[in-house]
Amino acid sequence: MEMPKGVSLWEDASVRLRKNKLAMCGLVFLVVMVLLCLITPWIVPYGYEEQDLRLGASAPSAAHWLGTDIFGRDMLTRILYGGRVSLFVGFIATFVALIIGVTYGAIAGYAGGKVDSIMMRLVDIMYALPFMIFIVLLMVVFGRNLVLLFMAIGAVEWLTMARIVRGQVQNLKQQEFVEAAVSIGQSPFAIIWKHLIPNALGPVIVYTTLTIPNVMLLEAFLSFLGLGIQPPSSSWGLLISYGVESMEEYPWLLIFPGVALALTLFALNFLGDGLRDALDPKASRD
Amino acid sequence: MSKLLEVNDLSVHFHTRNGVVRAVDGVSFSVEAGKTTAIIGESGSGKSVACYSLLGLIPKPPGKIESGSAQFEGQDLLQLSENELRKIRGKGISIIFQDPMTSLNPFLKVGTQLIEPLQLHFGMSKQEAWERATEVLEEVGIQDAAKRMHSWPFEFSGGMRQRVVIAMALITEPQIIIADEPTTALDVTVQAQILKLLKDLQEKRDIGVVFISHDLSVVADIADEIVVMQQGKFVEKGSRDDIFQNAQHPYTKKLLEAVPTSQKAEVDNSKAELVQVEGLTTQFSGNGEIVKAVNDVSFAIQRNEILGLVGESGSGKSTLGRSILRLLRPHAGSVKFDDTEMTQLEGKALKDMRRRMQMIFQDPYASLNPRMTVYDTLAEPLLLHSIVDRKNLDQEIFKLMDSVGLARESILRYPHEFSGGQRQRIAIGRAIATKPEFIVADEPVSALDVTIQSQILDLLLELVSEFDLTMLFISHDLGVVRYLADRILVMHQGELVESGTTNQVMNFPQQSYTQRLLQAIPGKSLAVNS
Repeated sequence: MEMPKGVSLWEDASVRLRKNKLAMCGLVFLVVMVLLCLITPWIVPYGYEEQDLRLGASAPSAAHWLGTDIFGRDMLTRILYGGRVSLFVGFIATFVALIIGVTYGAIAGYAGGKVDSIMMRLVDIMYALPFMIFIVLLMVVFGRNLVLLFMAIGAVEWLTMARIVRGQVQNLKQQEFVEAAVSIGQSPFAIIWKHLIPNALGPVIVYTTLTIPNVMLLEAFLSFLGLGIQPPSSSWGLLISYGVESMEEYPWLLIFPGVALALTLFALNFLGDGLRDALDPKASRD
Repeated sequence: MSKLLEVNDLSVHFHTRNGVVRAVDGVSFSVEAGKTTAIIGESGSGKSVACYSLLGLIPKPPGKIESGSAQFEGQDLLQLSENELRKIRGKGISIIFQDPMTSLNPFLKVGTQLIEPLQLHFGMSKQEAWERATEVLEEVGIQDAAKRMHSWPFEFSGGMRQRVVIAMALITEPQIIIADEPTTALDVTVQAQILKLLKDLQEKRDIGVVFISHDLSVVADIADEIVVMQQGKFVEKGSRDDIFQNAQHPYTKKLLEAVPTSQKAEVDNSKAELVQVEGLTTQFSGNGEIVKAVNDVSFAIQRNEILGLVGESGSGKSTLGRSILRLLRPHAGSVKFDDTEMTQLEGKALKDMRRRMQMIFQDPYASLNPRMTVYDTLAEPLLLHSIVDRKNLDQEIFKLMDSVGLARESILRYPHEFSGGQRQRIAIGRAIATKPEFIVADEPVSALDVTIQSQILDLLLELVSEFDLTMLFISHDLGVVRYLADRILVMHQGELVESGTTNQVMNFPQQSYTQRLLQAIPGKSLAVNS
């Protein structure tokens, strides 16, 4: 008998993900969004800082599809440029949080005992540190730097991820399949990687899709305080917070960046749900 | 004798996305006061669904009662509304569930749970209910009942919890008790006690009992009438003696044959010793207390023998098995495997030894990684120990699957797509993948149906002779051990109390503890009859 193809969990998962229409829509939307943001400078006729004070805040028109803000800057351009920052922050910071959190949590949970106590007390201490002071300190020491800002956010967001993964791993490692792996002589690293992490992925993916919007809003908050990016640069978070101020006179300043953020989050959630199901062999295969 | 409950032509179907599942298909049975009707069948045969549907305890939808009637006290249970049924549940008919570990609320004291039905159905005051509950708790054999009313469920052992669950079922003085595999999760000795308790209470109170089980030997001593079900269909019905002595249907005969009653023939046992255990002690510390799970145990295992290790849960038999394999680190003593001291091995040396000794676990639902296909599960040990190279991997995996009786087509399936018995075959395949010399089998069949049990036991026997294996077979059930062990060790509270050839231990037990274990083997009347 010939060996059928597509054996590993990941190959199997990608096949199943491709069958999930909603998740694929989400994925396509995200890819298009990222591409659009990347090629923005070459496709939009305006610069993000280009003001046309005569226009003021004008409603959507043929020349400015999504209208202009109070300085007469084209909203479409600003949203696309803002997307570069927001998506970059969202993905990089979450990625950092994901890597650190999963590794840290899995090691603590698997090791158990004193190692676990010390590692988790460290997490508790990090939790207790006021987040703002932590960020401000980083900015003071290393200077204001966009990449550093992302790293700093990621370095805070991983704490919860570590706790989630540790809890999962603690439960999983009591199951006999982990003992079975020990008894065939598997190394601790391989046990964590092959047996524990794949089984802990469900909650991790859900939490990841929750972290991305969190991080985007955090960036807006920091920028608002003058710690993040500075005008005339922008991000979705910043655009929204400015939009809120003039919500009644110029609603399009709030609506369009809001829609961009909301659609992205929808897409992320659909993709996240799809990924979770695809990675769970128990989800029906029809 | 009048019939308390008469079920006629009951059909329950589940309408799922993948079509209609006929869980119960035209089943009839009845229960008389003071008598026990046993419903027997493998898991998935619809025996539980048949009983739960009477009380409206199946999820609807997808479940739907298609036809039938169930006469109880002049009413048809199947026609009653949810509100009317609620009055009957607990008061007229109560249920004892299978797993005493999950059928009590862990966050409520036992007393609080016991008085709930009294307050609900009889409107008793808390004071009255508490006194009544204490009496019933005493009746089911809980010592110091007044004090134990204030205990939490986790402070009881499995057998004691099942007594509490029985007390809960009895407290409203129902006419019928549905006992759904009430002893399957328990040790044999505890099982014997619980069965006796049920029988006594039933006679005293003249209750009708519906006893659901997959194991004919369990009901052999208590049932008056036996109904056999297979895949939702009624197979055969008859009095106990009818079924045991004069079974008509081939399926019933198969069930009867599945009960391991024979004893392994004795062989010459003057072979070299493979494993030598000397003064082995493994202890756990928790809450400042030190518990010696295994206390100064010494014995040897000869090459190519199957050594049975018997004891109740908590006797330290699993700890002993794991200590030999170095899955646990022993506190003192020595374990020599083929003259290599195991207790101090580390790193590469330990990994090499692990190839030569493997383990089969009790619960095939927990011992397989749910995210690894059969292929992945079997490939892991093969690649780890370089048993084969990548080129020959597929062939080797197919060979393994053949050895343990798995269909080759299922190679890419995940564990949840298999039944319990098939899963255990995968786990056995993983254990023999590295061509080990020694296998510890820790209760490998106690989570399985009887018919499946005998298949797996036969598979183990086959593999032992095919691959020249030496095996330590751990079980709480002497009946199972007798079937395949050459010699038997008996463990009690961390110490070895008796050892000898299977014949010696089974027929001339020296210790009172061993005699108690022997007494507890279910289906003695069955063994006599066959």
